[in-house]
Amino acid sequence: MPCGSYKHDGGGGKMSRRVALEASHAAAEAAKMADVDVISAYPITPQTHIPERLAEMVADGELSAAYIPVESEHSAMSACLGAAAVGARTFTATAGQGLELMHEVVYVASSMRYPVVMTVCNRALSAPLSVWGDHSDAMAVRDIGWIQVFCQNNQEAFDLTLWAFRVGEDPNVLLPVMVHLDGFTLTHVTEPVILPEQSEVDRFLPRFQYPFALNPDKPMTHGAFGPPEIYSETKLAQEVAFRNSKDIILGEWKEFGDIFGRYYNPVEEYKTENAEILLLTMGSFTETAKIVIDARRDKGEAIGLMSLRLWRPFPFEEFRRAVKGSKILIVFDRCISFGMGGPVFSEVRSALYDEEPRPKVVGIIGGLGGRDMAEEDFEHVINRGREIAEKGPEKMLETVGIRG
Amino acid sequence: MADKLTWRDMEVGNIVKEAGSASFRKTGDWRTEKPILDKEKCIKCALCWIYCPDAAIKPSEDGYYEADLYYCKGCGICASICPVGAISMTEEEEK
Repeated sequence: MPCGSYKHDGGGGKMSRRVALEASHAAAEAAKMADVDVISAYPITPQTHIPERLAEMVADGELSAAYIPVESEHSAMSACLGAAAVGARTFTATAGQGLELMHEVVYVASSMRYPVVMTVCNRALSAPLSVWGDHSDAMAVRDIGWIQVFCQNNQEAFDLTLWAFRVGEDPNVLLPVMVHLDGFTLTHVTEPVILPEQSEVDRFLPRFQYPFALNPDKPMTHGAFGPPEIYSETKLAQEVAFRNSKDIILGEWKEFGDIFGRYYNPVEEYKTENAEILLLTMGSFTETAKIVIDARRDKGEAIGLMSLRLWRPFPFEEFRRAVKGSKILIVFDRCISFGMGGPVFSEVRSALYDEEPRPKVVGIIGGLGGRDMAEEDFEHVINRGREIAEKGPEKMLETVGIRG
Repeated sequence: MADKLTWRDMEVGNIVKEAGSASFRKTGDWRTEKPILDKEKCIKCALCWIYCPDAAIKPSEDGYYEADLYYCKGCGICASICPVGAISMTEEEEK
């Protein structure tokens, strides 16, 4: 609930409000200001505050939307697809097991090109049962054809949720968008968030004009089967559209910045100038890592930090440009791809394979299932990362903060 | 025809803009048995038409209901629902 709000120049030169919000409520506020038509969600820790807050807004008459309570996440996403099919602006949120349960329908959403927006409050996967944060749920939907971004803080939770509607609904995109928020470290943490004027939001986000809305006066078929003679072509068309969405993603971040004063990029670079060593993180832990980078830079170390904000479509060009000139890239993963290692590590190393010269890429895994990553843990990641880069890995899996 | 289309010809989300287009696809060759109507027994009650799960049975001008064999997949529901036993399922190979 917004508290202690006061008028503030949000950087865009407009009058906006600076309020204390947890990231969950910031995401809910963005969905409300986007004037969503349909919300369908099933509560699950640590996502619960988002549907709760939206239900409250609808019940109090602050938001005019159809709120569909459902019996499972599978139904939540199915209801979203039906709503999107008639051209409704549609929102949902989930986490961990909920994302797993709706998995089948999540894949259908992108294949049918419905621009549903979903907040995923990143949570470790069972078993053992854990409600705490890591990126296992996100990595299990890497290949699912949704545009995906990772938030570092509560402001991004608001901004990227708002932007998600605009980019997904663009007639040249028509793809669903997943906004990842770290469970608890973002969802339940209160920070100052700048909320724009409704008029600015309306200028940024026009009404959704879905060109293929189901209508009894003009019948058509959504979800027809694809026999072998067209399935492959359908998938290639989807992949081309997905890759082409990147230019529009960039353009709409530019437009977002022009209106709201905050500019976003697919790969955030922090003190990377002349850096020989680069640390790569995703999500909220990036902000902890920044403190460590600051301290090391102060001591004269040529070290920088990069964070992948855009995870899908993978920002190849921006990523390759960001690592150019570095000697060592240390990738921190909050997930194990069993039998393979860190998924982010595998992907970025693959993205650099054809580059010449390229940095030595090493991977370290930690922060699983709510295990905290303090500054000294990132110190260890950097120190150990340098050692592995110079001597080669000694273990099957390089980890941080895991006993034994 | 579909096997000449390239990925550039695919509609967004594989949407089919023409309504009722499934009936253009020849699914009659999926059948192993076909429904044969005995007009002597038929009472024109239309139950077969109502129960057909895929609109393969169509009313004819003289008031009977007959399967469109280009489209009918031969599920046999019409034969089992017919109250007077006027529809029999016959093996495709038998003439």
